[in-house]
Amino acid sequence: MAPKTTTGGVKVIQCLEREGVEVIYGYSGGAAMPIFDALIDSKIKLVLVRHEQGATHMADGYARATGKPGVVLVTSGPGATNCVTGLLTALMDSVPMIVLTGQTISPMLGKDAFQEADVTGITYPVVKHSYLVKNANDIPRIMKEAWHIATTGRPGPVLIDLPKDITQGPCTADFVDTVRLPGYKVPGRGNPEALKKAAGLLMKSKKPVLYVGHGALISNAGRAIMQFAEKLGAPIVNTLLGKGACPEDSPIHLGMLGMHGTAYANKAIQNCDLIMAIGARWDDRITGKVSEFCKDAAKIHVDIDIAEFNKIIRPDVCIAGDAKLVIEDLIPLVGKLDTAEWWKDLNGWRKQYPLKYAKKGGLRAEYVLDRLDQVGGRDCIITTDVGQHQMWAAQFCRTTKHRHWISSGGAGTMGFGFPSAIGASMATGKPSWAIVGDGGFQMTLCELATAFLQKVPVKILVINNHYLGMIRQWQELFFDNRLMGSDLEGNPDFVKLAAAYGVPGKNVTRAGDVDKVLKWAMAQTGPCLVNAEVVKEDNVFPMIPAGAGYAQMLTERPKVKMEKPTGST
Amino acid sequence: MPTTPLHTISLLVRNKPGVLVRISLVFSRRGYNIESLVVSPGFAGSSNLDGYEAEPGEFSRMTITCSGDPQTLEQIIKQLEKLIDVVHAIDHTGQAVIESEIALLKIQAAMNSRTEILQVAENFKAKVVDYGVESLILRVAGESDKIDAFVGLLKPYGIVELVRSGKILMARGLGTT
Repeated sequence: MAPKTTTGGVKVIQCLEREGVEVIYGYSGGAAMPIFDALIDSKIKLVLVRHEQGATHMADGYARATGKPGVVLVTSGPGATNCVTGLLTALMDSVPMIVLTGQTISPMLGKDAFQEADVTGITYPVVKHSYLVKNANDIPRIMKEAWHIATTGRPGPVLIDLPKDITQGPCTADFVDTVRLPGYKVPGRGNPEALKKAAGLLMKSKKPVLYVGHGALISNAGRAIMQFAEKLGAPIVNTLLGKGACPEDSPIHLGMLGMHGTAYANKAIQNCDLIMAIGARWDDRITGKVSEFCKDAAKIHVDIDIAEFNKIIRPDVCIAGDAKLVIEDLIPLVGKLDTAEWWKDLNGWRKQYPLKYAKKGGLRAEYVLDRLDQVGGRDCIITTDVGQHQMWAAQFCRTTKHRHWISSGGAGTMGFGFPSAIGASMATGKPSWAIVGDGGFQMTLCELATAFLQKVPVKILVINNHYLGMIRQWQELFFDNRLMGSDLEGNPDFVKLAAAYGVPGKNVTRAGDVDKVLKWAMAQTGPCLVNAEVVKEDNVFPMIPAGAGYAQMLTERPKVKMEKPTGST
Repeated sequence: MPTTPLHTISLLVRNKPGVLVRISLVFSRRGYNIESLVVSPGFAGSSNLDGYEAEPGEFSRMTITCSGDPQTLEQIIKQLEKLIDVVHAIDHTGQAVIESEIALLKIQAAMNSRTEILQVAENFKAKVVDYGVESLILRVAGESDKIDAFVGLLKPYGIVELVRSGKILMARGLGTT
């Protein structure tokens, strides 16, 4: 039977329905109108955001909380360019996302039509793949391919640019169920030789560390890694994005490593004789000075993206494959290691260098986050923005559940925390805490309207120090405390601001009130805001200055003047 | 002029809009320059696609020469391979290959120097493809080094224009290009 003629816009929406899409985050506009029109007759829910960047971060949060792609629908020109930050954020952190952009009619392409932008051109460097649709009958194939590319291998964002004459015009093509992509290969199981070689290295190790990243979480490898670590007797550390792959409250877990990781995780890195990266990419926040990083340790790298091999570090063994399958295949090849001495060291460091903060001198951000962890934060999804609060949250809010930690790692996108919490809560129905700074929150706070309308259980926790705190910290430590562009003078009253959107809020200024206010927020069924007025000039420690080695880790405010860091940002 | 040795990378790609931009971005993002680039319709042979049945016009061939340090080039090759529309990218440096390039040279050729020019041309098996009153156009084919030498010999006579095709190559034997 010949397929029924419909419009391109309707076909786009029908293809999304076939993939099980329940919600689209979008902002309408002229060139996207035929697609928005098609939504009227669809079961898919449209969440009308207040700025396109917010839509991308909501879709991102949706995707990170579920593993399913988030879908964004925006118009041409500025609507599409406002998505660029969200695309970068998703690409850097391997998040599956489909971004549909309206475009001017095809005969006007390249002729500076109203709200025209070369959107595929602008976005090439920030997408996993992209399409400019020139024929409505290509829509089913492109939608299927886009879905496949976004969700398989190393996930990432796919953009589809849809000229208005294509979405308004007829489409007679039938749905497509298979993809033909001869240039696209997805590794599955690890190469048996490489597995054997890795097992051989592991069995020789007395001081191993398993370094677990976002790839492990994406491949759902947590349980296999725990079993693997227990069988070996090896400790686990995780990256910022690896939080939640394995429970951080496990006795074999040392928390986060790297620039602001726990001192005991970093001591383990500094002293190990073998480090095995599982779905992690030796990022500069992890390695510090590469030439000094685990200089004498054997290195094993498991990744689904072979372009990550030998990019930063030249490992002894690289295993291309899905983290879960690789670890499952490795478990029978290894046995118990003699790590008793190693654990004496590790537990010694844990005692000697615990995470700590001053208990006096005003309300500390660390205290607020420590309490949040104690009063039920672990049962909620936690999203963060970028900066000091993000690092403190990573340290003090231990993640024990899969996909309960959502943070912009690679791109370090301010403004990410709050909208991503909206997406995460909508996707799962779970309450979420958006831990944000007073800087980042102001970048996307227009989504208070979206949170209010959707009645999502998002609890915004503003860690308010009236500074771009991390910048101020660097200026204090490395630039002779010469402050420039880091004082957020002129902050609004966040509680009143939330109230203007119909969102209840409370201020907290004293440590004694923290539990009460957090519990109040826990009890709210809709969105709410807590503004924590914290000590203004607090610093995040431990800290390995950018470009320095692990030996230069600071665990407290240095007494001597510091050199300017040489590493990237 | 490049200071490090030139590498030649051959690619089999899907003939899609934007594929060239995606490929050139892999180079430009790292501050690398493409020295020569040849793009042409591709024939996807049986050895390249594991039995995939190609449609007519579905693939293109690219041959890129560039210079750079080996580590960055390794990363460039991997990033090229990662592109959805790239079927494969191979750095042929150090491999046994057949390589070839064509050049057209327009030479100011007064009557008294013609004989000498034509002698040089004959030795290089170059063909006269345009015979004018004041000029000659010569077509020469072969390895890029040979063309360099040919151009060098003709320089003193006055080269008005020079257009080179850029290098193409193929792996010897049953090797994959």
